[in-house]
Amino acid sequence: MSSAWSKFASPSTFYPLAGRMIPVFWVLAAGSLLVGLYWGFFETPDQLGGSNAQKGYYRIIFLHVGAAWMSMWLYAVMVGWAAIGLVFNTRLSYMMANAIAPTGAIFTFLALWSGAFWGRPSWGTYWDWDPRLTSELILFFLYIGYIALHSAIDDARRADRAAALLAIVGLVMVPVIFWSINCPDPNQCAALHQRSGLGKVDGDILFAMLMTTLGFWMYAFATTLMRVRTIILTREAQTTWAAETIQAEVRS
Amino acid sequence: MKARQKRLVLVSVAIIGVGAAAALALSALQSNISYFFSPSQVMAREAPADHVFRLGGLVSEGSVQRAENGLTVTFDVTDLAQTVKVSYTGILPDLFKEGQGAVTRGRLGPDGVFYAEEVLAKHDEEYMPPEVADSLKTEHAQGLTQSLSNTPAAAPQQAAAQTADPRTVTR
Repeated sequence: MSSAWSKFASPSTFYPLAGRMIPVFWVLAAGSLLVGLYWGFFETPDQLGGSNAQKGYYRIIFLHVGAAWMSMWLYAVMVGWAAIGLVFNTRLSYMMANAIAPTGAIFTFLALWSGAFWGRPSWGTYWDWDPRLTSELILFFLYIGYIALHSAIDDARRADRAAALLAIVGLVMVPVIFWSINCPDPNQCAALHQRSGLGKVDGDILFAMLMTTLGFWMYAFATTLMRVRTIILTREAQTTWAAETIQAEVRS
Repeated sequence: MKARQKRLVLVSVAIIGVGAAAALALSALQSNISYFFSPSQVMAREAPADHVFRLGGLVSEGSVQRAENGLTVTFDVTDLAQTVKVSYTGILPDLFKEGQGAVTRGRLGPDGVFYAEEVLAKHDEEYMPPEVADSLKTEHAQGLTQSLSNTPAAAPQQAAAQTADPRTVTR
Protein backbone atom coordinates (compact mmCIF):
# COMPACT_ATOMS: atom_id res chain seq x y z
CA MET A 1 0.00 0.00 0.00
CA SER A 2 1.38 3.40 -0.89
CA SER A 3 1.76 5.96 1.88
CA ALA A 4 -0.98 8.30 0.56
CA TRP A 5 -3.56 5.51 0.65
CA SER A 6 -2.60 4.28 4.09
CA LYS A 7 -2.68 7.87 5.34
CA PHE A 8 -6.34 8.24 4.36
CA ALA A 9 -7.14 4.73 5.60
CA SER A 10 -6.89 6.23 9.08
CA PRO A 11 -10.29 7.42 10.33
CA SER A 12 -8.82 10.58 11.89
CA THR A 13 -7.43 11.86 8.56
CA PHE A 14 -10.39 10.64 6.50
CA TYR A 15 -12.95 12.38 8.72
CA PRO A 16 -12.04 15.99 7.68
CA LEU A 17 -11.46 14.93 4.03
CA ALA A 18 -14.99 13.43 3.89
CA GLY A 19 -16.34 16.63 5.42
CA ARG A 20 -14.82 18.70 2.61
CA MET A 21 -16.11 16.33 -0.11
CA ILE A 22 -19.75 16.14 1.05
CA PRO A 23 -20.89 19.60 -0.23
CA VAL A 24 -19.24 18.94 -3.62
CA PHE A 25 -21.22 15.73 -4.05
CA TRP A 26 -24.47 17.41 -2.92
CA VAL A 27 -24.02 20.13 -5.57
CA LEU A 28 -23.22 17.56 -8.27
CA ALA A 29 -26.22 15.42 -7.24
CA ALA A 30 -28.68 18.34 -7.25
CA GLY A 31 -27.31 19.69 -10.57
CA SER A 32 -27.46 16.45 -12.54
CA LEU A 33 -30.85 15.46 -11.06
CA LEU A 34 -32.33 18.84 -12.04
CA VAL A 35 -30.91 18.63 -15.58
CA GLY A 36 -32.01 15.00 -15.92
CA LEU A 37 -35.55 15.63 -14.68
CA TYR A 38 -35.97 18.79 -16.76
CA TRP A 39 -34.78 16.96 -19.86
CA GLY A 40 -36.93 13.96 -19.04
CA PHE A 41 -40.13 15.98 -18.64
CA PHE A 42 -39.77 18.64 -21.33
CA GLU A 43 -37.44 17.36 -24.05
CA THR A 44 -38.78 13.83 -24.51
CA PRO A 45 -41.86 12.66 -26.49
CA ASP A 46 -45.23 12.21 -24.71
CA GLN A 47 -45.90 9.01 -26.60
CA LEU A 48 -43.50 6.35 -27.80
CA GLY A 49 -43.85 4.84 -31.24
CA GLY A 50 -43.32 1.54 -32.99
CA SER A 51 -44.27 -1.64 -31.20
CA ASN A 52 -43.70 -0.11 -27.76
CA ALA A 53 -46.42 2.54 -27.84
CA GLN A 54 -46.21 3.61 -24.20
CA LYS A 55 -47.78 6.92 -23.21
CA GLY A 56 -46.30 9.47 -20.81
CA TYR A 57 -46.08 6.93 -17.98
CA TYR A 58 -42.89 5.51 -19.55
CA ARG A 59 -41.15 8.54 -17.99
CA ILE A 60 -40.82 6.64 -14.72
CA ILE A 61 -37.82 5.10 -16.54
CA PHE A 62 -35.79 8.13 -15.41
CA LEU A 63 -36.18 7.06 -11.78
CA HIS A 64 -36.48 3.34 -12.26
CA VAL A 65 -33.39 2.48 -14.34
CA GLY A 66 -31.03 4.70 -12.36
CA ALA A 67 -32.29 3.30 -9.05
CA ALA A 68 -31.97 -0.29 -10.30
CA TRP A 69 -28.43 0.30 -11.58
CA MET A 70 -27.39 1.94 -8.31
CA SER A 71 -28.91 -0.90 -6.26
CA MET A 72 -26.62 -3.40 -8.02
CA TRP A 73 -23.57 -1.14 -8.22
CA LEU A 74 -23.70 -0.10 -4.56
CA TYR A 75 -23.93 -3.75 -3.55
CA ALA A 76 -20.76 -4.51 -5.55
CA VAL A 77 -18.98 -1.52 -3.96
CA MET A 78 -20.14 -2.61 -0.49
CA VAL A 79 -18.75 -6.11 -1.10
CA GLY A 80 -15.50 -4.55 -2.35
CA TRP A 81 -15.06 -2.62 0.92
CA ALA A 82 -16.04 -5.68 2.95
CA ALA A 83 -13.44 -7.82 1.12
CA ILE A 84 -10.71 -5.18 1.63
CA GLY A 85 -11.65 -5.09 5.31
CA LEU A 86 -11.40 -8.88 5.63
CA VAL A 87 -7.99 -9.02 3.91
CA PHE A 88 -6.22 -5.95 5.34
CA ASN A 89 -8.13 -5.64 8.62
CA THR A 90 -8.66 -1.93 8.05
CA ARG A 91 -11.34 -0.37 10.25
CA LEU A 92 -12.31 2.30 7.74
CA SER A 93 -13.16 -0.25 4.99
CA TYR A 94 -15.74 -1.90 7.23
CA MET A 95 -17.13 1.50 8.15
CA MET A 96 -17.51 2.34 4.44
CA ALA A 97 -19.34 -0.95 3.82
CA ASN A 98 -21.64 -0.17 6.76
CA ALA A 99 -22.29 3.32 5.50
CA ILE A 100 -23.19 2.19 1.95
CA ALA A 101 -25.76 -0.45 2.97
CA PRO A 102 -28.72 1.86 3.88
CA THR A 103 -28.34 3.91 0.66
CA GLY A 104 -28.20 0.70 -1.36
CA ALA A 105 -31.30 -0.63 0.37
CA ILE A 106 -33.15 2.63 -0.36
CA PHE A 107 -32.27 2.43 -4.08
CA THR A 108 -33.34 -1.22 -4.22
CA PHE A 109 -36.68 -0.31 -2.65
CA LEU A 110 -37.05 2.64 -5.04
CA ALA A 111 -36.37 0.37 -8.03
CA LEU A 112 -39.02 -2.12 -6.89
CA TRP A 113 -41.55 0.58 -6.01
CA SER A 114 -41.15 2.64 -9.19
CA GLY A 115 -41.18 -0.62 -11.15
CA ALA A 116 -44.53 -1.54 -9.61
CA PHE A 117 -46.02 1.81 -10.62
CA TRP A 118 -44.64 1.36 -14.14
CA GLY A 119 -45.76 -2.26 -14.40
CA ARG A 120 -49.38 -1.46 -13.53
CA PRO A 121 -50.14 0.68 -16.60
CA SER A 122 -47.80 -1.05 -19.09
CA TRP A 123 -47.86 -4.78 -18.27
CA GLY A 124 -51.14 -4.70 -16.33
CA THR A 125 -49.83 -5.72 -12.89
CA TYR A 126 -47.94 -4.23 -9.95
CA TRP A 127 -46.00 -7.41 -9.31
CA ASP A 128 -45.30 -10.73 -10.93
CA TRP A 129 -42.74 -13.44 -10.18
CA ASP A 130 -40.67 -12.61 -13.24
CA PRO A 131 -36.98 -13.67 -12.79
CA ARG A 132 -35.67 -10.10 -12.60
CA LEU A 133 -38.34 -8.86 -10.16
CA THR A 134 -37.77 -11.88 -7.91
CA SER A 135 -33.97 -11.54 -7.85
CA GLU A 136 -34.18 -7.80 -7.17
CA LEU A 137 -36.48 -8.53 -4.20
CA ILE A 138 -33.87 -10.99 -2.88
CA LEU A 139 -31.21 -8.27 -3.22
CA PHE A 140 -33.40 -6.02 -1.04
CA PHE A 141 -33.59 -8.76 1.60
CA LEU A 142 -29.79 -9.14 1.42
CA TYR A 143 -29.26 -5.46 2.20
CA ILE A 144 -31.72 -5.73 5.09
CA GLY A 145 -30.01 -8.93 6.25
CA TYR A 146 -26.58 -7.26 6.17
CA ILE A 147 -27.80 -4.31 8.25
CA ALA A 148 -29.71 -6.57 10.67
CA LEU A 149 -26.82 -9.01 11.17
CA HIS A 150 -24.38 -6.16 11.83
CA SER A 151 -26.63 -4.56 14.42
CA ALA A 152 -27.41 -7.91 16.07
CA ILE A 153 -23.77 -8.46 17.17
CA ASP A 154 -22.59 -6.19 19.99
CA ASP A 155 -18.82 -6.42 19.40
CA ALA A 156 -18.17 -4.11 16.42
CA ARG A 157 -15.16 -6.04 15.03
CA ARG A 158 -17.00 -9.38 15.10
CA ALA A 159 -20.10 -7.76 13.59
CA ASP A 160 -17.91 -6.33 10.80
CA ARG A 161 -16.45 -9.71 9.86
CA ALA A 162 -19.74 -11.66 10.05
CA ALA A 163 -21.66 -9.09 8.01
CA ALA A 164 -18.80 -8.88 5.46
CA LEU A 165 -19.01 -12.64 4.85
CA LEU A 166 -22.79 -12.41 4.37
CA ALA A 167 -22.27 -9.57 1.90
CA ILE A 168 -19.74 -11.59 -0.12
CA VAL A 169 -22.06 -14.60 -0.33
CA GLY A 170 -24.93 -12.33 -1.41
CA LEU A 171 -22.86 -10.99 -4.32
CA VAL A 172 -24.26 -13.97 -6.24
CA MET A 173 -27.48 -11.99 -6.83
CA VAL A 174 -25.91 -9.09 -8.73
CA PRO A 175 -24.99 -10.98 -11.96
CA VAL A 176 -28.24 -12.93 -11.69
CA ILE A 177 -30.26 -9.69 -11.73
CA PHE A 178 -28.15 -8.18 -14.49
CA TRP A 179 -28.41 -11.18 -16.84
CA SER A 180 -31.82 -12.47 -15.80
CA ILE A 181 -33.32 -11.33 -19.09
CA ASN A 182 -32.67 -14.55 -20.81
CA CYS A 183 -33.14 -14.75 -24.53
CA PRO A 184 -32.46 -12.34 -27.38
CA ASP A 185 -35.64 -13.25 -29.31
CA PRO A 186 -38.38 -10.96 -27.92
CA ASN A 187 -41.16 -13.39 -28.88
CA GLN A 188 -39.69 -16.26 -26.91
CA CYS A 189 -38.50 -14.51 -23.77
CA ALA A 190 -39.90 -16.18 -20.68
CA ALA A 191 -39.88 -12.91 -18.72
CA LEU A 192 -41.84 -9.68 -18.57
CA HIS A 193 -38.73 -7.54 -18.77
CA GLN A 194 -37.19 -7.22 -22.19
CA ARG A 195 -33.47 -7.09 -22.88
CA SER A 196 -32.71 -3.58 -24.10
CA GLY A 197 -29.59 -1.73 -25.11
CA LEU A 198 -28.36 1.84 -25.05
CA GLY A 199 -28.62 1.96 -28.87
CA LYS A 200 -32.32 1.10 -28.71
CA VAL A 201 -33.20 4.14 -26.62
CA ASP A 202 -33.85 7.56 -28.14
CA GLY A 203 -31.01 10.06 -27.56
CA ASP A 204 -33.08 12.50 -25.43
CA ILE A 205 -34.52 9.72 -23.26
CA LEU A 206 -31.05 8.20 -22.85
CA PHE A 207 -29.49 11.56 -21.89
CA ALA A 208 -32.14 12.22 -19.22
CA MET A 209 -31.79 8.66 -17.91
CA LEU A 210 -28.00 8.88 -17.64
CA MET A 211 -28.20 12.31 -15.96
CA THR A 212 -30.60 11.09 -13.24
CA THR A 213 -28.38 8.01 -12.78
CA LEU A 214 -25.35 10.27 -12.31
CA GLY A 215 -27.38 12.33 -9.84
CA PHE A 216 -28.27 9.18 -7.87
CA TRP A 217 -24.62 8.16 -7.84
CA MET A 218 -23.48 11.54 -6.48
CA TYR A 219 -26.31 11.37 -3.91
CA ALA A 220 -24.99 7.94 -2.87
CA PHE A 221 -21.50 9.43 -2.37
CA ALA A 222 -22.86 12.33 -0.31
CA THR A 223 -25.06 10.22 2.00
CA THR A 224 -22.41 7.50 2.39
CA LEU A 225 -19.76 10.04 3.41
CA MET A 226 -22.17 11.70 5.86
CA ARG A 227 -23.01 8.34 7.38
CA VAL A 228 -19.37 7.22 7.55
CA ARG A 229 -18.47 10.39 9.47
CA THR A 230 -21.10 9.55 12.08
CA ILE A 231 -19.86 5.96 12.27
CA ILE A 232 -16.23 7.16 12.68
CA LEU A 233 -17.15 9.46 15.58
CA THR A 234 -19.25 6.77 17.27
CA ARG A 235 -16.59 4.08 17.02
CA GLU A 236 -13.60 6.32 17.82
CA ALA A 237 -15.36 8.13 20.65
CA GLN A 238 -12.75 6.97 23.20
CA THR A 239 -9.83 8.60 21.27
CA THR A 240 -8.63 12.13 22.02
CA TRP A 241 -9.08 13.50 18.48
CA ALA A 242 -12.67 12.25 18.29
CA ALA A 243 -13.52 13.73 21.69
CA GLU A 244 -12.02 17.07 20.63
CA THR A 245 -13.91 16.97 17.28
CA ILE A 246 -17.19 16.25 19.02
CA GLN A 247 -16.60 19.14 21.46
CA ALA A 248 -15.78 21.48 18.58
CA GLU A 249 -18.92 20.45 16.70
CA VAL A 250 -21.08 20.94 19.79
CA ARG A 251 -19.62 24.43 20.41
CA SER A 252 -20.14 25.67 16.84
CA MET B 1 2.60 -17.33 4.01
CA LYS B 2 1.69 -14.27 6.02
CA ALA B 3 -1.69 -14.03 7.67
CA ARG B 4 -2.73 -11.22 5.35
CA GLN B 5 -1.90 -13.29 2.25
CA LYS B 6 -3.85 -16.22 3.67
CA ARG B 7 -6.89 -14.01 4.14
CA LEU B 8 -6.48 -12.62 0.60
CA VAL B 9 -6.52 -16.18 -0.80
CA LEU B 10 -9.57 -17.08 1.32
CA VAL B 11 -11.54 -14.02 0.22
CA SER B 12 -10.60 -14.59 -3.45
CA VAL B 13 -11.69 -18.22 -3.24
CA ALA B 14 -14.98 -17.11 -1.68
CA ILE B 15 -15.62 -14.59 -4.45
CA ILE B 16 -14.74 -17.14 -7.17
CA GLY B 17 -17.10 -19.64 -5.52
CA VAL B 18 -19.87 -17.05 -5.46
CA GLY B 19 -19.22 -16.35 -9.15
CA ALA B 20 -19.57 -20.03 -9.97
CA ALA B 21 -22.85 -20.16 -8.06
CA ALA B 22 -24.10 -17.14 -10.03
CA ALA B 23 -23.17 -18.84 -13.32
CA LEU B 24 -25.09 -21.96 -12.31
CA ALA B 25 -28.15 -19.93 -11.28
CA LEU B 26 -28.08 -18.05 -14.59
CA SER B 27 -27.86 -21.21 -16.66
CA ALA B 28 -30.84 -22.58 -14.72
CA LEU B 29 -32.81 -19.38 -15.41
CA GLN B 30 -31.82 -19.49 -19.06
CA SER B 31 -33.46 -22.85 -19.61
CA ASN B 32 -36.63 -20.93 -18.51
CA ILE B 33 -38.73 -23.93 -17.66
CA SER B 34 -41.03 -22.36 -15.17
CA TYR B 35 -42.17 -18.82 -15.91
CA PHE B 36 -44.56 -19.58 -18.77
CA PHE B 37 -45.48 -22.30 -21.26
CA SER B 38 -45.54 -21.72 -25.00
CA PRO B 39 -48.54 -22.81 -27.13
CA SER B 40 -46.40 -25.67 -28.55
CA GLN B 41 -45.76 -26.98 -25.05
CA VAL B 42 -49.49 -26.72 -24.23
CA MET B 43 -50.40 -28.62 -27.41
CA ALA B 44 -47.80 -31.30 -26.55
CA ARG B 45 -49.58 -31.62 -23.14
CA GLU B 46 -46.46 -30.56 -21.22
CA ALA B 47 -48.48 -28.00 -19.27
CA PRO B 48 -50.39 -29.17 -16.15
CA ALA B 49 -54.00 -30.03 -16.96
CA ASP B 50 -55.65 -29.27 -13.61
CA HIS B 51 -53.39 -26.46 -12.44
CA VAL B 52 -53.13 -22.73 -12.93
CA PHE B 53 -50.19 -21.98 -15.21
CA ARG B 54 -48.93 -19.17 -17.43
CA LEU B 55 -49.25 -19.21 -21.20
CA GLY B 56 -47.13 -16.77 -23.19
CA GLY B 57 -46.67 -15.85 -26.82
CA LEU B 58 -47.77 -13.44 -29.52
CA VAL B 59 -51.39 -12.34 -29.91
CA SER B 60 -52.36 -13.38 -33.46
CA GLU B 61 -53.25 -10.61 -35.90
CA GLY B 62 -57.02 -10.22 -36.35
CA SER B 63 -57.92 -12.74 -33.63
CA VAL B 64 -59.16 -10.38 -30.89
CA GLN B 65 -62.96 -10.63 -30.58
CA ARG B 66 -65.35 -9.15 -28.02
CA ALA B 67 -68.41 -11.00 -26.77
CA GLU B 68 -71.90 -9.43 -26.69
CA ASN B 69 -71.63 -8.34 -23.05
CA GLY B 70 -68.49 -6.42 -23.96
CA LEU B 71 -66.31 -7.65 -21.08
CA THR B 72 -65.30 -11.10 -22.30
CA VAL B 73 -62.66 -11.09 -24.97
CA THR B 74 -61.18 -13.99 -26.92
CA PHE B 75 -57.91 -14.06 -28.82
CA ASP B 76 -55.33 -16.52 -30.13
CA VAL B 77 -51.87 -16.80 -28.59
CA THR B 78 -49.25 -18.23 -30.92
CA ASP B 79 -45.55 -19.06 -30.95
CA LEU B 80 -45.71 -19.19 -34.78
CA ALA B 81 -45.82 -23.00 -34.64
CA GLN B 82 -48.96 -23.69 -32.57
CA THR B 83 -51.93 -21.56 -31.48
CA VAL B 84 -54.09 -21.66 -28.35
CA LYS B 85 -57.43 -19.86 -28.00
CA VAL B 86 -57.69 -17.70 -24.87
CA SER B 87 -60.84 -16.40 -23.21
CA TYR B 88 -60.62 -13.58 -20.68
CA THR B 89 -63.18 -11.48 -18.81
CA GLY B 90 -61.85 -8.16 -17.59
CA ILE B 91 -59.93 -5.08 -18.54
CA LEU B 92 -56.95 -5.53 -20.83
CA PRO B 93 -53.69 -3.62 -20.15
CA ASP B 94 -52.90 -0.51 -22.15
CA LEU B 95 -50.18 -2.14 -24.26
CA PHE B 96 -52.21 -5.24 -25.17
CA LYS B 97 -52.29 -5.38 -28.96
CA GLU B 98 -52.55 -7.79 -31.84
CA GLY B 99 -49.08 -8.83 -33.00
CA GLN B 100 -47.54 -8.08 -29.59
CA GLY B 101 -46.39 -10.37 -26.82
CA ALA B 102 -48.70 -11.28 -23.92
CA VAL B 103 -48.46 -13.46 -20.81
CA THR B 104 -51.71 -14.94 -19.51
CA ARG B 105 -52.36 -16.88 -16.31
CA GLY B 106 -55.22 -19.33 -15.98
CA ARG B 107 -56.41 -22.90 -16.62
CA LEU B 108 -56.85 -25.00 -19.71
CA GLY B 109 -60.51 -25.96 -20.11
CA PRO B 110 -61.70 -29.38 -21.33
CA ASP B 111 -62.69 -27.70 -24.60
CA GLY B 112 -59.06 -26.75 -25.32
CA VAL B 113 -59.70 -23.05 -24.60
CA PHE B 114 -57.39 -21.40 -22.09
CA TYR B 115 -59.51 -19.53 -19.51
CA ALA B 116 -57.30 -16.68 -18.27
CA GLU B 117 -57.64 -14.98 -14.92
CA GLU B 118 -54.99 -12.41 -15.73
CA VAL B 119 -53.59 -11.00 -18.97
CA LEU B 120 -50.27 -9.13 -18.97
CA ALA B 121 -48.85 -7.29 -21.95
CA LYS B 122 -45.21 -7.39 -22.98
CA HIS B 123 -43.54 -4.58 -24.84
CA ASP B 124 -40.40 -4.59 -26.90
CA GLU B 125 -37.02 -3.11 -26.09
CA GLU B 126 -37.16 0.12 -28.11
CA TYR B 127 -37.79 3.50 -26.50
CA MET B 128 -38.15 5.77 -29.51
CA PRO B 129 -40.47 8.66 -30.41
CA PRO B 130 -43.03 7.64 -33.09
CA GLU B 131 -41.39 9.22 -36.12
CA VAL B 132 -37.90 7.84 -35.39
CA ALA B 133 -39.25 4.37 -34.78
CA ASP B 134 -41.22 4.53 -38.04
CA SER B 135 -38.22 5.51 -40.14
CA LEU B 136 -36.11 2.80 -38.54
CA LYS B 137 -38.80 0.22 -39.18
CA THR B 138 -39.65 1.28 -42.75
CA GLU B 139 -37.27 -1.19 -44.31
CA HIS B 140 -38.55 -4.02 -42.15
CA ALA B 141 -42.21 -3.10 -42.71
CA GLN B 142 -41.73 -2.90 -46.49
CA GLY B 143 -40.20 -6.35 -46.49
CA LEU B 144 -43.18 -7.65 -44.52
CA THR B 145 -45.91 -6.14 -46.65
CA GLN B 146 -44.20 -7.28 -49.83
CA SER B 147 -44.13 -10.83 -48.58
CA LEU B 148 -47.80 -10.65 -47.50
CA SER B 149 -49.26 -8.94 -50.55
CA ASN B 150 -47.20 -7.78 -53.46
CA THR B 151 -49.03 -4.45 -53.69
CA PRO B 152 -47.06 -1.50 -52.26
CA ALA B 153 -50.32 0.43 -51.76
CA ALA B 154 -51.29 -1.93 -48.94
CA ALA B 155 -48.48 -0.62 -46.74
CA PRO B 156 -50.09 2.62 -45.47
CA GLN B 157 -53.42 0.87 -44.82
CA GLN B 158 -51.78 -1.79 -42.76
CA ALA B 159 -49.78 0.79 -40.83
CA ALA B 160 -53.04 2.63 -40.03
CA ALA B 161 -54.69 -0.59 -38.86
CA GLN B 162 -51.74 -1.33 -36.59
CA THR B 163 -51.69 2.05 -34.91
CA ALA B 164 -55.47 2.03 -34.28
CA ASP B 165 -56.83 0.50 -31.12
CA PRO B 166 -57.60 -3.21 -31.69
CA ARG B 167 -60.86 -2.87 -29.77
CA THR B 168 -62.28 -0.31 -32.17
CA VAL B 169 -61.08 -2.32 -35.15
CA THR B 170 -62.84 -5.50 -34.12
CA ARG B 171 -66.12 -3.84 -33.20
